[in-house]
Amino acid sequence: MKDKKITYSLNYRKPKSEYKLSDELTICLRYYHKCDKTNKTKIIKKSTGIKCKLQDWDTDWHKSSSRNPIKDSDSNYKKKNRLILNKIKEFDFKDLAKKSSTNKSKKKLESHVPDGPLADKWTNHKNNINLVNPANKRQIDVIVIGTGLAGGSAAATLAELGYNVKAFCFQDSPRRAHSIAAQGGINAAKNYQGDGDSTYRLFYDTVKGGDYRSREANVHRLAEVSTNIIDQCVAQGVPFARDYGGLLDNRSFGGVLVSRTFYAKGQTGQQLLLGAYSAMNRQIGRGKIKMYNRHEMLDVVVVDGKARGIIARNLVTGEIERHSAHAVVLGSGGYGNVFYLSTNAMGSNVTAAWKAHKRGAYFANPCYTQIHPTCIPVSGDHQSKLTLMSESLRNDGRIWVPKNLDDAKAIQKRQLKPTDLTEDKRDYFLERRYPAFGNLVPRDVASRAAKERCDAGFGVNKTGEAVFLDFAAAIIRYGKEKAHVKGLNEDDQTLIQILGKEVVKSKYGNLFQMYEKIVDENPYETPMMIYPAVHYTMGGVWVDYNLQTTIPGLYAIGEANFSEHGANRLGASALMQGLADGYFVLPYTIGNYLSKDIRTGPISTESVEFEEAEAKVKSEIEHFINNKGTKPVDYFHKRLGKIMWNKCGMARNEKELREAIEEISILRDEFYKDVRVPGSANEFNEELAKAGRVADFLELGELFAKDALVREESAGGHFREEHQTAEGEAQRRKEFQFVSAWEYKGAPKDAELHKEELVYENIEVKERSYK
Amino acid sequence: MSDILKSSIGRKIAMAISAFFLMFFILQHFAINILSVLDPNLFNEVSHFMGTNPLVQFVLQPILIFGVIFHFAMGFILEFKNKSSRSVSYAKNNGNANSSWMSRNMIYSGGFILVFLVIHFIDFWIPELNIKYVVGDSSGLLEDGSGYRYFEELQHKFVPLWRVALYCIGFVFLSLHLLHGFNSAFQSIGANNKYTNSLKGFGKAYSILIPLGFIIIALFHHLNH
Amino acid sequence: MNLTLQIWRQESAKVKGKIVEYPVQDISPDMSFLEMLDILNVRLITDGDTPVAFDHDCREGICGSCSLYINGEAHGPDRRVTTCQLHMRKFKDGDTIFIEPFRADAFPVIKDLIVDRSAFDRIQHAGGFISVNTSGNTQDGNSIPISKHDADQAMDAATCIGCGACVASCKNSSAMLFVGAKVSQYALLPQGQIEATDRVQNMVSQMDLEGFGNCTNTGACEVECPKGISLENIARMNRELIKASIKS
Repeated sequence: MKDKKITYSLNYRKPKSEYKLSDELTICLRYYHKCDKTNKTKIIKKSTGIKCKLQDWDTDWHKSSSRNPIKDSDSNYKKKNRLILNKIKEFDFKDLAKKSSTNKSKKKLESHVPDGPLADKWTNHKNNINLVNPANKRQIDVIVIGTGLAGGSAAATLAELGYNVKAFCFQDSPRRAHSIAAQGGINAAKNYQGDGDSTYRLFYDTVKGGDYRSREANVHRLAEVSTNIIDQCVAQGVPFARDYGGLLDNRSFGGVLVSRTFYAKGQTGQQLLLGAYSAMNRQIGRGKIKMYNRHEMLDVVVVDGKARGIIARNLVTGEIERHSAHAVVLGSGGYGNVFYLSTNAMGSNVTAAWKAHKRGAYFANPCYTQIHPTCIPVSGDHQSKLTLMSESLRNDGRIWVPKNLDDAKAIQKRQLKPTDLTEDKRDYFLERRYPAFGNLVPRDVASRAAKERCDAGFGVNKTGEAVFLDFAAAIIRYGKEKAHVKGLNEDDQTLIQILGKEVVKSKYGNLFQMYEKIVDENPYETPMMIYPAVHYTMGGVWVDYNLQTTIPGLYAIGEANFSEHGANRLGASALMQGLADGYFVLPYTIGNYLSKDIRTGPISTESVEFEEAEAKVKSEIEHFINNKGTKPVDYFHKRLGKIMWNKCGMARNEKELREAIEEISILRDEFYKDVRVPGSANEFNEELAKAGRVADFLELGELFAKDALVREESAGGHFREEHQTAEGEAQRRKEFQFVSAWEYKGAPKDAELHKEELVYENIEVKERSYK
Repeated sequence: MSDILKSSIGRKIAMAISAFFLMFFILQHFAINILSVLDPNLFNEVSHFMGTNPLVQFVLQPILIFGVIFHFAMGFILEFKNKSSRSVSYAKNNGNANSSWMSRNMIYSGGFILVFLVIHFIDFWIPELNIKYVVGDSSGLLEDGSGYRYFEELQHKFVPLWRVALYCIGFVFLSLHLLHGFNSAFQSIGANNKYTNSLKGFGKAYSILIPLGFIIIALFHHLNH
Repeated sequence: MNLTLQIWRQESAKVKGKIVEYPVQDISPDMSFLEMLDILNVRLITDGDTPVAFDHDCREGICGSCSLYINGEAHGPDRRVTTCQLHMRKFKDGDTIFIEPFRADAFPVIKDLIVDRSAFDRIQHAGGFISVNTSGNTQDGNSIPISKHDADQAMDAATCIGCGACVASCKNSSAMLFVGAKVSQYALLPQGQIEATDRVQNMVSQMDLEGFGNCTNTGACEVECPKGISLENIARMNRELIKASIKS
């Protein structure tokens, strides 16, 4: 065999160690070639059908001159070796290589949305899905990355069904995933309040709220299963709020006209996550889930075009581990931390999703980011993260800035108190611009309006990046109501203040207390200061209707995927989507794929693909450890955040986006040259973990900017200054009614765009107006 | 049911139950002793009854002894286990910020009470056993037969100042022990409800007044000798 | 503000640790405690030292990752906050601050201020759940009405974030408040009744196996708990265990 591009291997079906020397294995050929388009090395694998015993296999065949894979201990070794050489001629590898690269480039983005009427799609699809019988499920392993609402619920449900689940989280316990921080609630079309809610209405609100940039069939399915979620969670013992009759209570949220939000105090996310965690606990106790805490996934392993495992780092010991499975599920959350400052947890990262992207999964709509209007403003350079105040505050708080620039300057310098300004000197800009919805406009609209005022110099804190959220009017209104009910003097101002504050305290007490702890100002006496902050990312890994990515066997669920929220997410819908995917969608759809894998047997971690992935991970880690630069990881992360916030933030334009792409790419080079990671690879080393995460953010950021540049329209969380109406409102464009799915091609800015056209058959695409 | 004593909570409940028994015993002990201040004759009669009634002597007394030993032994075992569940201690610990001194030092107040009890037994109980069961005199009379001996003996014991002082200190520790122990016992058996606050008040009163009463008795006899 | 920090440094579980002194300068009172440590770490990294390892994630007081025993108290001197919500305005210029890990043999130190709290997870594996499969045809959420009072009480118990401050503050390293809260949440709800006997017995016996100390009702846990979980939950667990022992 002269051609050194061809190598021999044995077709292991289970870990090497489980074989006996006398076992017979098939010999495979591998052909390495460079793909002309991507310039990446690809492997074509072919079975020769010729078998030999393990004891006769010459592991050092490549060192001998004859390069014969079978040793002379095999009685038939000459014949077999000859046959193998013949096989090489038989397979015209060059031709196969050509075919494989042309096939790939023709690959169309297929959403696999089932046919039929919208309302029946999911039911029909479920009925037609291939099932895996219980005995076979025991033979199948599934890896789940992330244990938030999506990952946790998926892991638990898959284990209940009988699959062997390996779940990974970087936190010290699955219960700490950042879903826990969701405050407000979870939507479900239960119509318990009898206010006209229905599956269709939830579907409609979600599509409209997403500015007509989500996939219709996915959203309808989400609305359909929403009711199951509530039932499931109640059965698990989630203590949802109840009314005095003992029935489930609801509240209403922004952007909708019904009360469909279920809640557990201000800690709905926590309670739902604990529900999923308890379901996981049951399976961990039964041994059906093997839990890997403090582990971080650092690569997906793709074998023969299918996701077959991951490379993970044990964050305590630093050990690099190989884990194989028949399918891999990403429930790794969003990438809001690309902005450095966000309401995400410190550890939230894009690494799992990004590594999958680099292995062939398309990344969809990265530029769709939700900026939440009611966050506590940045207090200084030391700030490490932002704290969200629930959207519910906008029910009673009025948002304003001073009308005159001089007053604003005086307030910034603390020469003037906000309470000194009389009504006529205040600009309630949301009420002025959007008289119909007032302070309750959707998040994207409210955030942009606040930014517009602050950019014009009317901001109210020392950096000029805050607006007031004032409860004075609400206190008086509630105080008068209460006085009236109690039959007290409605003109007694001190009494009204006391009564009003009591009511406000009962509604928002914990939020007010949280504000006071952080800012050290009493929000009952002086208006709160708020400013928008990055909160949620609607974009993510592209998935089809089955939640499968463009890599077969790799699935993405929850915030990690892109499908349900379009360009803007409605309040209380993130929890709904995470649990819908994990409890009710993925466990069914994944069966369709796994049903073809029942004869595969355990996946070996000894293959070339695992070796290659592990070597890659190790070399990146070594680079960081040996780099000995001068600046800590955070330095680069903060700079990336500044670029993202200033140029890819609430308002974007072509010039700045182009600058951002350049700057991020330069920053990335600088990062690799000058980052300093203390300590070693084989220990608990948070800086090392952070370095890997920031490296991926530095690539994602660039793609983010590119996506924003290409999307020449304004939609939901994406606002292009070039595309606005005369009144400064977002202007959507019909020709951009598609999903941008990006294929990795080396540098992020070289990514190739694939479009998934969005078709709305059941909903009329309208202008979103809140005036 | 037998497993319960092996569990941490079961042991804690057992501690509480023995504590209830001991607290009741102390109350009864106090009730009799206070008679020595109010009416020495009545005191003598009740003492004689308690000292000679077979039910008290052969049923209640062994239970009491068992209760005392159990409470101390279990207390020490638990303390040992609790101490050993944190082998590296804090360089700085601000216990006063979150708990009372009494609650954190039950082992010391308890330990001192044990010392006191040993002295108390040597003072009263062992001579009693000696007279009744070794010497065989169960009459309860003074040597000259002029009346019951109990009150005389009591008064005699409280002549030396050192003993009075020791008793007073012992009761101060008992009070400290009870200040935490009384309500702790209720919490241990799972009684935490709308009555807890009133019970806390009652517990405080009990924990201060009963030991104070004992101290007054000791001082009374010391001064009125 | 200028402060002197006395921080517990320990390379790994296998080696002994010690308190090391670090002065920090120009600390703003608006910083959170962890941001102050961030600043120290940036300096340590720039100077070529090893940064102080500590657990943290959400930094808004809900994930339960952050721990730290600050000046002799779990989560520091402020009440009803986690360390990430503690702000430097609670300290004075010139203060010396002791920072130690949550200590208990059941929480072995991993590195510096990071401890392994997986014992809590294992207690939950033993029974912290209701056995119900995900099927999509679970009975309607409103089919069993639950009184508002019970639902609210269950919610109060369920707010536990599993940070371990109760264990750290307890002189006996007892985990009763944590386990009590978990047992209570299910004991208060009708859904939890079916498995109540096994649940409390299994969870308590796992708790004992993990090597936590016993409860002596000092109440330190309740005071230091960032979520204000009440001692009532321990009493309820005790009752549940008595009930369970009588039943079985």
